[in-house]
Amino acid sequence: MSSVRVLVGTRKGAFVLTSDGKRKDWNVSGPFFAGWEIYHMKGSPADPNRIYVSQTSGWFGQLIQRSDDGGKTWHQPGLPNEAIPPPGPPTAMPNRFAYDTAAKPLTTHQWYDGTQHPWEFKRVWHIEPSLSDPDTVYAGVEDAALFRSTDGGENWQELSGLRGHGTGSKWTPGAGGMGVHTIILDATNPKRIYIAISAAGAFRTDDGGETWKPINKGLRSQYIPDPDAEIGHCVHHVAMHRARPDVLFMQKHWDVMRTDDAGEHWREVSGNLPTDFGFAIDVHAHEPETLYVVPIKSDSEHFPLDGKLRVYRSRTGGNEWEPLGKGLPEKDCYVNVLRDAMAVDTLDDCGVYFGTTGGQVYASADSGDNWAPIVRDLPAVLSVEVQTMA
Amino acid sequence: MQDGSEFSQGTSATQVRVALPYHLRNLARLEGDVLVEVSAPVTMRSVLDALEVRYPMLRGTIRDYDTGQRRAFLRYFACAEDWSLASPDAELPEAVSSGKEPLLIIGAIAGG
Repeated sequence: MSSVRVLVGTRKGAFVLTSDGKRKDWNVSGPFFAGWEIYHMKGSPADPNRIYVSQTSGWFGQLIQRSDDGGKTWHQPGLPNEAIPPPGPPTAMPNRFAYDTAAKPLTTHQWYDGTQHPWEFKRVWHIEPSLSDPDTVYAGVEDAALFRSTDGGENWQELSGLRGHGTGSKWTPGAGGMGVHTIILDATNPKRIYIAISAAGAFRTDDGGETWKPINKGLRSQYIPDPDAEIGHCVHHVAMHRARPDVLFMQKHWDVMRTDDAGEHWREVSGNLPTDFGFAIDVHAHEPETLYVVPIKSDSEHFPLDGKLRVYRSRTGGNEWEPLGKGLPEKDCYVNVLRDAMAVDTLDDCGVYFGTTGGQVYASADSGDNWAPIVRDLPAVLSVEVQTMA
Repeated sequence: MQDGSEFSQGTSATQVRVALPYHLRNLARLEGDVLVEVSAPVTMRSVLDALEVRYPMLRGTIRDYDTGQRRAFLRYFACAEDWSLASPDAELPEAVSSGKEPLLIIGAIAGG
């Protein structure tokens, strides 16, 4: 019997929600890492029992947690959960994210006031396990950089070609910081990776992370005087269907965008959306032209229009959108849905999930036609990921 | 209180009592204060070094991995005095190095 596991990161801990393939009755376990911010947690496509977690705190810094049993137990990779006897510390350093200072130029980026500012590690925003190897995993961090571990998260090395790109000194933080928040691996080409940074834009590597290319042509941002600016765009999230790795959909600060040539050119597909500001975007598991966004009123008011929570679905790859609201709040709803807080399962009737800053996680077991809350009163949801088990 | 006395590091070692904030106690699966064996001289650096050897899951949570600098929102107190800005190599008060008084590591009241 198939089953679904929903991994929910919140402001105050992690939760694991499980159901059978009907997705009607849910079991909620957690909080794990209670009191800590869980920016993201994601399972390995190659081993569903392997789950990685980004656990952060303004007081205590960054931790990486790992489960090898589907979320029942957790440990910092390579470290014991109990005190250890001497001699000496272990060799694993799962929480160390040290920028590669050997590469140049890596020393500064642009600060809000236009001056140059040193790169300072703050937290891991997004974790992306390899599609084929449970021990290989990528981490997108703030200040913007990409790290990789090939030993199950015990040690991390920066792929410094990204930060060493010639535009690095011009990257500027967005209001939420300057982080790599999107990492997309190409199932058909292991050398190709897409990433996105607030507020630098989207980038692509075709050589496994050695070198990177900005892929922002066609993006228009009102706060950028140069309409053809190579970088500087506030990309909120990017989504791809695995079967069509050259087609990407983007929720930008404003505008929903599409590319059919791996980011070489983008065009707007906001169409009839009531507002094209938002954060989350995702693609149906079986219909590459079906995508989902959650329109948010504006960059000044981060909540749904008119207090009605609505997912919008396009079955035409953009431009033509329909509101989906059955089972969602009709009034007085003033939550946000953050960039990593939407996901889909791969069951025959595709399930769609999203979490809100009000602590609700909503699920649809029929591609978005009908919705119901799985839980209503979690801490603010930062991320939602889904694992589908056959 | 967790007893770390089996981790003797020589005849000049002494037991220092460390009080950790709630989240770090949870991370290290501790209840109450922890005793760590520290070789003289007893300083912030030697106490934290010993603590991190015994509890590697705490590495990076109190001090930066590479620079060794105290994390911004943590403070160190010993015998009712703030040692946060003192040299990490300054000897701690005898009451701490003898285990009579705990070394306090506390989370600064910040963040709302």
